[in-house]
Amino acid sequence: MSQQHYYVPEQSHWPIVAAVSLFLLAAGTAHALIHGQSLLLLIGLVGVIYLFVGWFSTVVKENQEGLLNDPQVDRSFRLGMSWFIFSEVMFFAALFGALFYVRHLAVPWLAGEGDKPMNVLLWPEFINSWPVMNPPDTQLFQGPTTTVDPWHLPLLNTLLLVTSSITLTFAHHALKHEKRITAINWMLATIALGIAFLFVQAYEYYEAYTHLGLTLHAGIYGGTFFILTGFHGMHVTLGTIILIVITGRLMRGHFSPQRHFGFEASAWYWHFVDVVWLGLFIFVYVL
Amino acid sequence: MDTSVCRWLNAPLSRLLQAALVLSLLPQDAAAEIPLNMPVGVTDISRSVYDLHMTIFWICVAIAVVVFGVMFWSIIHHRKSKGAKAAHFHENTVVEIIWTLIPMAILIAMAIPATATLVKMYDTSDAEVDIQVTGYQWKWHYKYLDQDVEFFSNLSTPREQIENTAEKSEHYLLEVDNALVIPTGKKVRFLITSNDVIHSWWVPHLAVKKDAIPGFINESWAIVNEPGVYRGQCAELCGKDHGFMPIVVDARSPEDYQQWLLAKQEEKEQQAQQAAAATARTWTHEELMAEGEKVYARACAACHQPSGAGMPPVFPSLIKSPITTGDINAHIDIVVRGKPGTAMQAFGNQLTPAEVAAVVTYERNAWGNDTGDTVTPTDVQEHNAQ
Amino acid sequence: MDAASDIAHEAQHHHGPASGLSRWVFTTNHKDIGTLYMWFSFLMFLTGGSMALVIRAELFQPGLQLVDPGFFNQMTTMHGLIMVFGAVMPAFVGLANWLIPMMVGAPDMALPRMNNLSFWILPFAFTMLLMTLFMDGGAPNFGWTFYAPLSTQYAPPTVNYFIFGVHLMGISSIMGAINVIATIFNMRAPGMTLMKMPLFVWTWLITAFLLLAAMPVLACVVTMMLFDINFGTSFFNAAGGGDPVLFQHLFWFFGHPEVYIMILPAFGIVSQIIPTFSRKPLFGYASMVYATASIALLSFIVWAHHMFTVGMPLAGELFFMYATMLIAVPTGVKVFNWISTMFRGSLTFETPMLFAIAFIVLFTIGGFSGLMLAISPADFQYHDTYFVVAHFHYVLVPGAVFAIIAAVYYWLPKWCGRMYDERLGKIHFWWSFIGLNLTFFPMHFIGLAGMPRRIPDYALQFADFNMLASIGGFVFGFAQVFFLFIVIRCITSGEKAAANPWEGAEGLEWTLPSPAPYHSFGTPPKID
Ligand code: HEA
Ligand code: HEA
Ligand code: HEC
Ligand code: CUA
Ligand SMILES: [Cu+2]
Repeated sequence: MSQQHYYVPEQSHWPIVAAVSLFLLAAGTAHALIHGQSLLLLIGLVGVIYLFVGWFSTVVKENQEGLLNDPQVDRSFRLGMSWFIFSEVMFFAALFGALFYVRHLAVPWLAGEGDKPMNVLLWPEFINSWPVMNPPDTQLFQGPTTTVDPWHLPLLNTLLLVTSSITLTFAHHALKHEKRITAINWMLATIALGIAFLFVQAYEYYEAYTHLGLTLHAGIYGGTFFILTGFHGMHVTLGTIILIVITGRLMRGHFSPQRHFGFEASAWYWHFVDVVWLGLFIFVYVL
Repeated sequence: MDTSVCRWLNAPLSRLLQAALVLSLLPQDAAAEIPLNMPVGVTDISRSVYDLHMTIFWICVAIAVVVFGVMFWSIIHHRKSKGAKAAHFHENTVVEIIWTLIPMAILIAMAIPATATLVKMYDTSDAEVDIQVTGYQWKWHYKYLDQDVEFFSNLSTPREQIENTAEKSEHYLLEVDNALVIPTGKKVRFLITSNDVIHSWWVPHLAVKKDAIPGFINESWAIVNEPGVYRGQCAELCGKDHGFMPIVVDARSPEDYQQWLLAKQEEKEQQAQQAAAATARTWTHEELMAEGEKVYARACAACHQPSGAGMPPVFPSLIKSPITTGDINAHIDIVVRGKPGTAMQAFGNQLTPAEVAAVVTYERNAWGNDTGDTVTPTDVQEHNAQ
Repeated sequence: MDAASDIAHEAQHHHGPASGLSRWVFTTNHKDIGTLYMWFSFLMFLTGGSMALVIRAELFQPGLQLVDPGFFNQMTTMHGLIMVFGAVMPAFVGLANWLIPMMVGAPDMALPRMNNLSFWILPFAFTMLLMTLFMDGGAPNFGWTFYAPLSTQYAPPTVNYFIFGVHLMGISSIMGAINVIATIFNMRAPGMTLMKMPLFVWTWLITAFLLLAAMPVLACVVTMMLFDINFGTSFFNAAGGGDPVLFQHLFWFFGHPEVYIMILPAFGIVSQIIPTFSRKPLFGYASMVYATASIALLSFIVWAHHMFTVGMPLAGELFFMYATMLIAVPTGVKVFNWISTMFRGSLTFETPMLFAIAFIVLFTIGGFSGLMLAISPADFQYHDTYFVVAHFHYVLVPGAVFAIIAAVYYWLPKWCGRMYDERLGKIHFWWSFIGLNLTFFPMHFIGLAGMPRRIPDYALQFADFNMLASIGGFVFGFAQVFFLFIVIRCITSGEKAAANPWEGAEGLEWTLPSPAPYHSFGTPPKID
């Protein structure tokens, strides 16, 4: 293990900026949900953007100055990023768990199947099916009229994301072989694919709302559909932004063939998002 | 452990504890009734549960005696002040294995009777009486499925006792206006559900506790051996008055039960007639106000408060509210149908048209609402017919 | 290794602490951050404790005296939330910050800036939570377990603040856990192999994994609530095809590991203290590590023991009953190992040892009642009664809280270079010990006799024991104010402490002078 000094950064104002902005963002969102609007939310948003730009520029600067040029520091960053992704995995695992629970337990029980035969007393009309087209109380929740056909837009999106994972890997290889221009080109392709994915997803949502009657308040099918695809979509958005930033840094020559953890971290994240999508494609759309 | 031994051991223990408490802390007369332990109950199941409880309890006591025994022995004999020199051992695979296996064996011994009891509890087949139990904020509704009998069961302890302005009665907080009557010796199945939030229907003497989940029906059952009145409470936090929704089960011999059913059906007809008469007759504004005040205090004040001010923003104020001073039909509608998905439940099946008319009239004129409106039972009936 | 030369070496590279407020706000130093965590936790302990005293005061007698039922529910909820997320968890993170780098021979935590953020999120999150007390509709009133639909369709609007507060705490915990993992995996001094790490470090490593796996699930479930409340979804609403019980499965998938998050570091602390005052190495180090890991693994497959009455299918009921009972085995191994450590030792009973011994006895009692709760058919009678309240206060108060107090007494000389007053410490111990048992022991009886939890008023047969418990609560509460006094006295005017004030203490932290220098191991010590 290294005998030199581990880099312990000096005092920094970024954490407190982060804490305050996150607080404003959180309190502002809550305020907005209750009162319909909130100035706090706006300030919080600006704060969070300022924070990310500022904090990451600091780290990039430290990196350029070689302060982080230490295998031990590098390992800390790797550990940090991998366990962060692990926590994200758990978040999606919980959402998938919820989906399985409603599909295989709650909905059949509501229809009086399995262990709760007497439930027919409450919802005599309700039949067990997935997707739930007619929720138990159709006065409160109008179900969707049609479901999403997995073999159209979702299939396209699957292709887009899988391809983007491949192009990203090409970029990584190019970077490792000191072919910076090629790497940048592959990165641009990856970003384009990511953006294309988001457009298709947005179009799918638009279709769902306008033509399929598939909305957030369309009962449990709508809920699970949007929360799973929605959180995935948010991750793709974030991932795309990260890729754009990384490409910018690549253009400025921040990465060497040996040392480019920022690049790798964003690639891990992107692959993770891709894997989640495959789960979504199978469990939300196909099955 | 032999379960009869447990019961035999338990009696002196609790008496000992009670005696200790009586001597030390408590007024003599009160101590005699202080319950210290789970009730044995009045069903076969409740007895097995009690035995299980005592068995595990004594096993734990035995383990505690051994474990703490060694510990206190060390504390007494191996103290430095007594010149104890520390030994240096710090590992022994054999003892580690032993004290993994012994607890394992004890646990298996516990799991066997527990499983047997649980399997019995889950067997809800072949019930002779089916009762649908529905939790409401904050009362219970009972419906005898194959009889034409259903009613609400409300806390009957007067407000004054709760607010300490009157002497508390013997069954303070554990008394209701309409008890659930069931026959002894017959398998009664409870189909438990809820109209709003989660409640939990619990009668300790029957060893029945089942959550009332809105939108789902949970089943439970009991065969009560001895006639008697058994009291319980809602056991899941269900909002403000969670502490004020007791359960009273009145177990009667099958004959008495049959009689009660008949009486209940008669009573129901009478009530229907009375309600019809009340609807048909003409009410003066003052009569409606007087009746409305009573209904309001009974059915509405828990949420909207006696002052009508409610507890905004959760329970809206009725003072000068858009509904209580606006369109009469909307007002009747929210009382009769409630507002699904909120605490405002449908009172159409809890109140007669006359009562609805009275309470709506009252709300429209009390607390300075002064609309001057009079809503008659006929108005309500017409509204219901739509 | 030679600490003095280390410090001289240090001085050339780093400055000491900055002065004034900026030291605390901008700091990246693990000791400063640890200190912040500890003080914050204590503040929250008093806040949550005061709420407990409101509860106890109302329950002193039957009838409604002090507060109305709505406010009572807010108190119960806030008390539970603040004690769990504001007092116990931050205290353990504070201890981790202070101790882990010193124990593994590291200069600081692996990710120092993020460390600061993990802390500073908390005061804001709890300000937000406490603010709801003064808003329209009042604070959250649905219990710390916030079951839907009481917490969704029937909640006060402030539930939105509550949800984001939980998100903030979750972010803080996850970052804290990542930091601990990175520190332990990456910052150990050469020669400090995993199986040489002090047990406190081990238990925290495992706790960090629990946090990483459990907190995101909590984030997920509150997010689903947010959608049900504001965006018309029906995850927890049967009318739309959802299920309120789904909420409980998700919550307890987080919730049960959470309770072990609150006890594993306590196990670690006790495993440090018992050997010191027994003057004998810990018995069964390796089995302690394996037992801790087994508890952690099992904790993910027992969650539904909190839901025995929701109407699960029989198979589920049995599975969760058996799995829960199994946890007694590794926990038993730990208890037996502690006792074997004491056996044939050379025992002395300084304050940390007293608290540690009380921990073993009273935690075991709490564990036994836990085992009783695990027996599903019997739990039908115990569930949601004061028997459960007795159980979890026995594992939490003389469990988690006593361990934290023991840790403070034990390491305080290292932190501030001064000794606490041993006589006052002993008074504090006996005062707490008596107060605590007076508060929580009677709860077993009233629970068995049928008193439900979370009620502001109760039937007459429960009156006497409730009165006892209330008296005990105040006795115990004021003992903790006394503790505050002892700590402050120690910091300001205690006797100077030696580098190793305890005859039998082992570990790298004791090789440093007291108080520990601002930067401890700039160059890693060598471990053989
Ligand atoms: C630090 C926190 C902590 C800890 C460590 C535990 C430990 C345990 N808990 Fe507890 N529990 C809580 C905190 C904790 N609990 C909380 C907060 C709640 C309530 C939540 C709420 O609803 O608000 C709760 C509720 C709770 C319930 C639900 C009750 C109900 O609501 O109906 C159950 C049921 O199984 C349970 C079981 C257990 C078990 C089996 C253990 C085991 O880990 C205990 C193991 C220990 C021992 C058994 C003692 C030592 C062992 C030996 C000496 C070996 C030999 C022993 C035998 C073979 C018997 N707990
Ligand atoms: C680690 C967690 C923890 C701790 C330490 C405690 C500590 C205490 N708890 Fe509680 N408790 C919970 C976790 C905890 N609790 C949880 C999770 C619940 C469930 C909540 C729910 O149902 O949702 C609960 C519920 C609960 C109830 C049941 C409420 C109900 O069901 O209605 C009761 C009732 O007596 C209670 C009492 C106490 C008491 C008397 C203490 C005492 O130990 C407190 C000691 C008191 C102090 C430390 C205060 C000292 C302060 C002063 C004397 C004032 C001075 C003030 C200043 C200087 C500012 N707690
Ligand atoms: C368990 C609680 C509860 C009880 C009991 C209750 N209400 Fe309500 N009531 C509510 C809630 C909650 C609302 C708000 C519904 C909403 O979100 O619009 C409400 C709304 C109303 C409104 C509309 C107020 C407005 O202007 O928005 C009227 C009128 C009303 N209730 C009358 C009654 C009457 C009459 C009774 C008794 C017969 C009664 N309520 C009993 C909870 C209750
Ligand atoms: Cu109903 Cu509690
Ligand atoms: Cu648990």
